[in-house]
Amino acid sequence: MKNIENKEGSETIESLPSSTKLAIELKNITKRFGHVVANSDVNLKVSTGTIHGIVGENGAGKSTLMNILFGLYKPDSGMIFLNGQAVDVNSPEKSIALGIGMVHQHFMLVPTFTVLENAMLGNEGSMFLQSGEEFALDRLRGLSENYGLDVDFEAIISETPVGMQQRVEILKALNRGAKILILDEPTGVLTPQETIGLFDILRSLREQGVTIVLITHKLKEIMSITDTVSVMRGGKVVANFSTEKTSPEELAENMVGRKVLLSIKKPTLKVGNPVLEVKNVSHESKDGVNVLKDISFDLRQGEILGIAGVAGNGQSELLDILSGIETLQRGQITVNDKTILPYQDWNSKKAREFGVAHVPEDRHKRGLVLPFYNYENSILGYHRNEEYSSGFLMDKRKIFNFVDDLVENFDVRPRSSSISSSKLSGGNQQKLVLAREIESNPKILLVGQPTRGVDIGAIERIYEDLMKLKSKGTAILLVSVELDEIMSLSDRIIVMNQGSIVGETNSSDATELDLGKMMSGLEKV
Amino acid sequence: MSDSNIIPKWLSVGLIPLMNLFLAFCVSGLFILFIGENPFRAISVMIKGAFYYPGAIGYTLYYTTNFIFTGLAVALAFHARLFNIGGEGQAYVGGLGVGLVCLVFDQHVVGFLVTILAILGSVIFGAIWGIIPGYLQAKRGSHIVITTIMFNFIAAALMVYLLVNVIIEPGQMSPETRDFASGVGLVQIHILAKYLGLDIAMSPLNLSFIVALTVSVGFWFLVWRTKFGYEARSLGHSETAAIYAGIKVSSTIIIVMAISGGLAGLVAINELLGVHNKLLLGFTAGYGFTGIAVALMGRNHPFGIFLASLLFGALYQGGTELDFEFSSITREMVLLIQGLIILFSGALAYMLNPLVERAYLKYYGNYSSA
Repeated sequence: MKNIENKEGSETIESLPSSTKLAIELKNITKRFGHVVANSDVNLKVSTGTIHGIVGENGAGKSTLMNILFGLYKPDSGMIFLNGQAVDVNSPEKSIALGIGMVHQHFMLVPTFTVLENAMLGNEGSMFLQSGEEFALDRLRGLSENYGLDVDFEAIISETPVGMQQRVEILKALNRGAKILILDEPTGVLTPQETIGLFDILRSLREQGVTIVLITHKLKEIMSITDTVSVMRGGKVVANFSTEKTSPEELAENMVGRKVLLSIKKPTLKVGNPVLEVKNVSHESKDGVNVLKDISFDLRQGEILGIAGVAGNGQSELLDILSGIETLQRGQITVNDKTILPYQDWNSKKAREFGVAHVPEDRHKRGLVLPFYNYENSILGYHRNEEYSSGFLMDKRKIFNFVDDLVENFDVRPRSSSISSSKLSGGNQQKLVLAREIESNPKILLVGQPTRGVDIGAIERIYEDLMKLKSKGTAILLVSVELDEIMSLSDRIIVMNQGSIVGETNSSDATELDLGKMMSGLEKV
Repeated sequence: MSDSNIIPKWLSVGLIPLMNLFLAFCVSGLFILFIGENPFRAISVMIKGAFYYPGAIGYTLYYTTNFIFTGLAVALAFHARLFNIGGEGQAYVGGLGVGLVCLVFDQHVVGFLVTILAILGSVIFGAIWGIIPGYLQAKRGSHIVITTIMFNFIAAALMVYLLVNVIIEPGQMSPETRDFASGVGLVQIHILAKYLGLDIAMSPLNLSFIVALTVSVGFWFLVWRTKFGYEARSLGHSETAAIYAGIKVSSTIIIVMAISGGLAGLVAINELLGVHNKLLLGFTAGYGFTGIAVALMGRNHPFGIFLASLLFGALYQGGTELDFEFSSITREMVLLIQGLIILFSGALAYMLNPLVERAYLKYYGNYSSA
């Protein structure tokens, strides 16, 4: 593995026109958590009225840096300059007063409040709510028209789409007088169309002099919207670029520290017989919402079927039912010629017996018992198997033999059986879960968000493993909110919106735009 | 309970508990000073009372036995993230099991067999008193903390009723059953020693102590070596992951509570079969509650629980001595010391962590951005 020398950051920054004023300048910021150095001697310059991207893998220190700028963390050393003046940002209140607004990855909205009430929160404008609301509404209407932030002020937040919630967050920040806007992974929950809409808004904000810092791991977005970009790795800024002078390949290389292959070789393989048939499955959640409506599809040997859709449109529930976590309420499922009917005895244990393995969407909540050691986690769900136990006892020797091979073969780092899984990086945790499920030799593999919060190096490896499994004839059902992933891995794609299947296409015919339309429910195919 | 990731284990499970203990003794010393006694003399009396005087060790270990049982009971439940506050009631009802078996069989069956049956009785009755709250938690969602507390009260009321109205020895004023037949019971260690030709001072220490040690080993085995222990711990750390793994949550909860209750029930064999030789009111004397502190201090590990039990055993025994020796130090003062120890090693168990972490990093913390 070839390490790329840290590029001298100053080089590219010096090349910026000297007349531009700097909105943000961070000098030698260092932040430690215990003996973990989250930010080490970070320098960052962002010119006024530009969009600056920060890319980096998980744990590279992007969020820490932004939290320092927003006053949530206090740096151990270093200085912050805003518009050329040294400032001491010791709390979010202070940072808001200094004109910084932050839109977090997980929105900070009160779900039962209206859009107006949320947007004016923190800047109510008057002691009495009535006059405050009128005052705020005026100003917010102005902001909303000015920047194309289209919202319905009367609507209750929990009933509005995520795209609008995000616009409310931006409005809220502007309403408090933000001149610098930090957006943390803003597109994770958006459809491609909503993303385009967001970018239009960001451009119009830029035109009016707002400085924007965009944190993302999607290189495509960096390329399309930013003016300048910084790459972080291992707590340091390792490179600065002017966006038009760089390429996604170069950014990825800097993020990982070595060359990465972002393309996937898909094995050409004739698909076999259906091994999973889902017929008319409907499901009602505990709150009485119809989360799945009449879902039917089948999945064949050696096939990867991708399920595209914005998060929260029934994909998770579908996975839960197929993997036996949830009870089947209506419809029927046939797994390897065995039919499961509603309210029949169907659980995760049985699913595994039928040859269904499951890489869950949330590895922290489901896939792993975090405090457990690797050797304990690598048999989770399979701990009853003869291979790892004798009678009611667990056979530690057999488990260790198995796990030592597992971490070796699937490149789980560090290669240790007796380290707590909570100490692994996201990518390695995911590799461990995937390894466990693949090693059970499944007929069907259900995969949810295989690369969420996973670094590029590990993504490469995970894709490789999935392809290997496919060529062995395993049928794979892939649920992901990353369209690129769905399009490049799947043979066939179905799109879900509000609990229904709204479209199906071969991946070779699919375009991002078509899928995006289906995802937003605009178009039925 | 979150153990620190920063400092090594010998600090977090070795040094810090000792520092907590030291702090507790310091504060206790201040109180003793406050009432005009010499704290150093007090502590020496305590230590002598717990370990030095004839029979002292026997007494200490006899108390230790009770704490091991209740400590393990709390710890087992805690591994499945169930907070079993009901050790007191489970021990009490375990006593009913012992009492009933002995009263029914001791006239007809050979003593040895009755003793075995009585031990089983204590476990089964204790288990039942754990199963009911377990069932309510698993199937009905009633919070285990609330139900186990309530079951302590129910147990207390039930035992008063039974001992006053039903199984009291006829013609007697105090609420106790008749004595169990001779030949029933667990032999005391000093009597056993005499058979072996050793002469040790008289104390209530009996074979229950051996049972407690055996059960401790079994506990370790159950939790860390069996599939059931694995499932219980999975459940304790993450219910969602347990469901994902196909572990049956409700039956695991019920079984854990059964075993937990059974462990607490074993207090009855130490008290009734080993010492009192009859069933009597209030024999549990708060051991069930102290078990919570013991488990907390022992970090839910049988070895830690043994050490914590020994500490509390010594405190109980040494405390009694303190009470004797000083006219100004009353029973309440001893309770205060115990309370301080529970406060410092239980409730404030992690108080010193940041301090130690900082000190550790200062001396070993030459970390650059590795």
